[in-house]
Amino acid sequence: MNEFMQYVQKYLDKDVTVSPGAFGNIPAGIFWATVYVLVVFAGVSLGVICMNWLERKILAHMQVRLGPMRVGPHGLLQPIADAVKLLIKEDIIPAEADAVVFWVAPFIVTLAAFTVFVVVPFGPAHAITDMNIGILFMLGVSSLSVLGIVTAGWASNSHYPLIGALRSSAQMVSYEVAMGLAVVSAILMTSLHGVGFFGVGGPTTSGTGTLSMIGIVQAQQEQQVWFIFKFFPLGLIAFAIFAIAMIAETNRAPFDLPEAESELTAGFHTEYSGFRWSLFFLAEYSAMMAVSSIAVTLWLGGWLRPFPNALGGHAWDLVFAFVPGLTFLFLAGMTFYNVRRMPQHPFFKIQTMGLAAFGATLGLTGLVLFIPPVRDRVGDIFWFVAKVAAFMYLYIWYRGTFPRYRFDQLMKVGWKVLLPIGLGVLILTAGVGIVGLEMAQHVAH
Amino acid sequence: MAPVATPFFFYLLAATMIIGGILVITRKNAVHSALALITALLAQSGIYLMLYAPFVAGVQIILYAGGIMVLFLFVIMLISIERTIKERQFNKQWLVGIVAAAALGGLFIAVYTKGKTLFPEGRLLSYAEGQNTQGVAALLYDQHTGMYMFSFEIASLLLLVAIIGAVVMAKKRI
Repeated sequence: MNEFMQYVQKYLDKDVTVSPGAFGNIPAGIFWATVYVLVVFAGVSLGVICMNWLERKILAHMQVRLGPMRVGPHGLLQPIADAVKLLIKEDIIPAEADAVVFWVAPFIVTLAAFTVFVVVPFGPAHAITDMNIGILFMLGVSSLSVLGIVTAGWASNSHYPLIGALRSSAQMVSYEVAMGLAVVSAILMTSLHGVGFFGVGGPTTSGTGTLSMIGIVQAQQEQQVWFIFKFFPLGLIAFAIFAIAMIAETNRAPFDLPEAESELTAGFHTEYSGFRWSLFFLAEYSAMMAVSSIAVTLWLGGWLRPFPNALGGHAWDLVFAFVPGLTFLFLAGMTFYNVRRMPQHPFFKIQTMGLAAFGATLGLTGLVLFIPPVRDRVGDIFWFVAKVAAFMYLYIWYRGTFPRYRFDQLMKVGWKVLLPIGLGVLILTAGVGIVGLEMAQHVAH
Repeated sequence: MAPVATPFFFYLLAATMIIGGILVITRKNAVHSALALITALLAQSGIYLMLYAPFVAGVQIILYAGGIMVLFLFVIMLISIERTIKERQFNKQWLVGIVAAAALGGLFIAVYTKGKTLFPEGRLLSYAEGQNTQGVAALLYDQHTGMYMFSFEIASLLLLVAIIGAVVMAKKRI
């Protein structure tokens, strides 16, 4: 019991950062690790539910439609209705399918998509564990999901799923190369210790880089620049390559050829229904969040708030600490505005009350976020999640904007455009880093 | 650091590996074999993790996941599963198999009994737990402790030859 209290005290101390993996004592370590795992799992699942609603709503508004409006006010309960529908649907295994592999495939995809969150750093103290090889682990385990997709397509013993699976494997193998090169150039930046946009000044010796997710963000903090801006525009180009490749990796529009509904019905999961299909859905969205968090960690400063150095100091810290609470209050205000706009007919009475209760919950959450100890501990999580949320919006935006690529166009982009540019950026990053180091040494002498 | 290398995990992972390995050679369906193979390889990367070698474990996952992906494609494109299931399993190379197994077994026993003198004392164990990634880099690249640079470069030369060979074979006109 004492150990648990110790951990809580350490956690609440603002200056100490502990992650459960680093905590020595075994019972407390295991307990807190389990708590962290469950919290992250619940958070990601909640995120998937929110994405389900947001995607349908935002796509609808982009296409000048209303989207779901019937189940709950503004269709807010639609994801829950969908989930219930999926769970009570009949679970079909085709007669000619390979039953065992068919059964295993969705679990491979889901496991691969959720395991990567073990190393995602929501804050210096808010990661389940800090691995020495964090980014390598994330890339490796997330690439396992293609195995699940291929087995799903093959085990269905049907033509559309098989074509979808083959497309998916070709696509993932091609884009992993460009993605890896972009990631390497960002990791290279962690070892080039220069400060600011052009990496001049600072220490005169080259340091060792790091693959640890927390270490990468801390490197950006020390170098006082997000890697997207470092060696401008090299970091930006590497980020753009990653941002394109990650859409192909997650099989999303405009690169959603493995499940192109106009050609392949539903691609690799055509034969799946009910719970198994919902596992694919869950895996797809959590994989989107996982790759977005790689991008946020490597290039967008992870949990760091905007302008930690230019607008440094306690006063600015306090100002930015109010942002999470204000965001929730703003959402609550929007909800109450829509409560006013609900139809006055008595038929809508319960819905209006429900929407008001939702708004009140949001407002209360916002108020809780103003309490000083909560405020200090929640800031890093808020900024990380906000950056990931921006990526999730981009995903929806792409889907609403771009037409689907043809497969040969997709391969051309991957091999003939992204790969050479990625190699060039990698070489240039190394070159610029060495020149910057030489200059720093020259100035020092 | 709390020990994760408990006997329970070792026996679990070792059993998974052995069962996976047996399934690889006994399954008639090649896709099932490939799935069993990846299970065995993942268990192996778990054992690397237990040895506090996260880098080797990560590389194991990345390389073998990619490798088995390609194996899957070969199976799907080249082998007719319906025919192979009906066919009787044959094994005409048991003599070579026994010789290879005996040689490998002898190697294992030699490493097990003489392992301490085979590897240079002190160099491999001088890194703290969890610092294995730095240890690998130091053995390869460090000016003073790096001693495997040459063999590493030979391996990369082999890969380069394979890449050039693939391009030459695939392309009719260069």
